[in-house]
Amino acid sequence: MLDVSVAYNRYKFLGHEFLTWLWYMIETDRENLMDPAAGFNDLHIGNRVVLENSSHNRDEVISIKGDGAGLEEGVIALQKGAKVTEMNLVAQAGEHEWRFNIKGESLNLSSLKPPETGGVEKAEDMEGAVLEKIYLYEKAVALTGHLYRLFITARVSPDWEPAVVRKISAWIGKA
Amino acid sequence: MGLLSSTVSLTQYRVEGEIDGSFMDIVTDALKHNTIREIDNEPEEKSVGWTSFHTPFQPNFEGSSFMIGTHLVFGLRIDKKTIPSKVVAKHVKMAIDRRLKDSERESLHKNEKTEIKDEVLRRLYTRMPATPNIYDLIWNYEGKILWFFTNLKAANEELEILFSKSFKLSLVRMFPYTAALLTCDLADPQKDALEKLSPTTFFRGTHA
Repeated sequence: MLDVSVAYNRYKFLGHEFLTWLWYMIETDRENLMDPAAGFNDLHIGNRVVLENSSHNRDEVISIKGDGAGLEEGVIALQKGAKVTEMNLVAQAGEHEWRFNIKGESLNLSSLKPPETGGVEKAEDMEGAVLEKIYLYEKAVALTGHLYRLFITARVSPDWEPAVVRKISAWIGKA
Repeated sequence: MGLLSSTVSLTQYRVEGEIDGSFMDIVTDALKHNTIREIDNEPEEKSVGWTSFHTPFQPNFEGSSFMIGTHLVFGLRIDKKTIPSKVVAKHVKMAIDRRLKDSERESLHKNEKTEIKDEVLRRLYTRMPATPNIYDLIWNYEGKILWFFTNLKAANEELEILFSKSFKLSLVRMFPYTAALLTCDLADPQKDALEKLSPTTFFRGTHA
């Protein structure tokens, strides 16, 4: 295994490609993203997408924020060579909803809001409350792990360029 | 950020290594030996140590109070005193002026000024209470997984150092490369392909 700090910087691009691929998959092939065992029945982009364009010696950051914000500016940025660096995702399992931001370079989750749980009124409720939270966080962690695994499997495959990238390019061009 | 908050930030780690011997005894000892030390009324700037999830201002690792189900749940506490630079500059200037007057000199040697500054800082740190920051963590020992409830770089670095010192185990942070290598069940040829990857250009068309 490479030195961790070297690997972090050298493979940042993989995280950005993951989120860009994920946007494409959510728009075109959402069913194949879902892990039937995990119980989620929907996944969509939430209220925040950040893109970065470092091509042609420029360092451009495009942020799209707000509920109901259109992603057209983001598509234009993709056409100019940008990649997604951060994304807000909303996952649904029945009437329960998980919202979180995922950052490409670190795969860190932030602003993770799982379905609401009951408050802790007595000390003896604490253990149950922690276990319930662990279960809910585990769902979001497992989902992102599953999505990343799908991406990496595609990314190291010989089909990545001829099949996947070609389709993503066509999607960006058409969008 | 507390793990029971309505929203949390989470950094994922893989725990590398094994604890030889009685797990609970070794972990309890390590937590007790590296418990946060209070620095209020002390001349120190910073203190880093473990604290209890239930009682972060009265750490207590007796019994198995840090075990919840099959998880270890406790916290990293970082107490820090931050004195505004202008306050330091004012007190250093006053101390230098006093020394010049007392010694009837016109200037002080560089070493003397450094000593005065150190003494001023010790005095100010002793008078200033530390600001505590508490970050919860959940350690699934069987699964070799640890979740740290913050994404702050400095707090994550303190965690990695203290964890290794306390338990003689390494934490490997999960980011695109480590997650691919350690959590994606790649076969050897896929791992070889991973090492050789270079960035993709997604859009091959022309932007209007």
